[in-house]
Amino acid sequence: MSPFATLLARDIRLAARSGGSAALALSFFALVATLVPLGVGADLHLLARVAGGILWVAAVLAALLSLDRLFQGDFEDGSLDVIALSPLPLELTALAKIMAHWLSTGLPLTLLSPLLALLFNLPASATLILFVSLLVGTPAVSAVGAIGAALTLSLKRGGLILPLIILPLLAPAVIFGAGAVSLALDQLAPQNALGMLAAFAFAAVLLSPFAAAASVRLNLGG
Amino acid sequence: MISSLTAENLVCVRGEKRVFEGLSFRVTAGQALAVEGANGAGKTSLLRMIAGFLAPAAGRLIVHGAEGESDDAEERGKSIGWLGHQDGLKPQLTVIEQLQFYAHLYGKAADLTLLEQVGLARQSDLPCRYLSAGQRRRLALARLLAGARPLWLLDEPFAALDTAGQALVGQLMARHCGAGGMIVAATHDPLGLANESLKL
Repeated sequence: MSPFATLLARDIRLAARSGGSAALALSFFALVATLVPLGVGADLHLLARVAGGILWVAAVLAALLSLDRLFQGDFEDGSLDVIALSPLPLELTALAKIMAHWLSTGLPLTLLSPLLALLFNLPASATLILFVSLLVGTPAVSAVGAIGAALTLSLKRGGLILPLIILPLLAPAVIFGAGAVSLALDQLAPQNALGMLAAFAFAAVLLSPFAAAASVRLNLGG
Repeated sequence: MISSLTAENLVCVRGEKRVFEGLSFRVTAGQALAVEGANGAGKTSLLRMIAGFLAPAAGRLIVHGAEGESDDAEERGKSIGWLGHQDGLKPQLTVIEQLQFYAHLYGKAADLTLLEQVGLARQSDLPCRYLSAGQRRRLALARLLAGARPLWLLDEPFAALDTAGQALVGQLMARHCGAGGMIVAATHDPLGLANESLKL
């Protein structure tokens, strides 16, 4: 197994054994999606109209819950020092961690979304677009989040600052993701919004490992 | 395989504080250098500098090898085996999984006899959260051996170890130096085999 696959497999294994992060994210996502219809009321038309925005914001916030631990666990227990001296460049280390985070959090959130869309009376066509938009867009959440996680690595309460850093950067994902669902709801073509979302996610996944690695290097200096 | 590490007039500055300056030394194949000093003297900072985590404010670190000399920190890092204050172990992983992870990460096959060498063969399937501090240190030593790097940087290698564990560290270090490896160890305890010592 290559060093990249080794690190990816370990992080997925850790996420599965810790139990907390993915389950917490899914529970948070489900709770928000359940509470909003209770708060908004039984106006089915209104619920369908706000579904895209609410579910996208809930998915981003849910993914945030585990993002602060992306590098911090390894930093605190000394693993990051040993990983940094391995043949795997820090950029690929960051990419492996982004992938592991998406597979353990973003993907489960995406898979759960059609079920939660039922609570918002979202039509099947719009539910499909919601699913596709989350599938395409949640990697951007993990990727942009990795930059914030690396920047706040040595801060004692970095988890509190992390959302302030990355939420503004994730605005394009929410705008295009929720926008695509709205377009589908109005029976308009969502391809352009999905295309923009895919381009944003692609750029985020491509560039963020470099930014995250640079920040990790700074923090390793102590 | 590197044949020596040379430090020339290293200066370390942390924040506003000048931790040490004008530090020069040389370690050659088969040698161990004990770095001694009071708390806060910069022992760990020196090790992190050699590892490339921390850039010197002035001075150079040069590694000599078959391909000539290099002061590139990234190149130097490829020769370094690291044993820091923290053991770098995950409580959720078993002893064997931990060893396999680091061996594969360093591009090596996992040699399970290493667990016998450090006295952890019976604990191989035990999650690391059940290990004592000394056993965790032993596993970290197995991880160091699995990496098979020529230059070992050890930060307090005897910490948390009992007498037998300390003897084991001594044996492993002697074997590593005997095979042409190099060691730089920050320690409050005598290394025993150190050819040189550096007082910070």
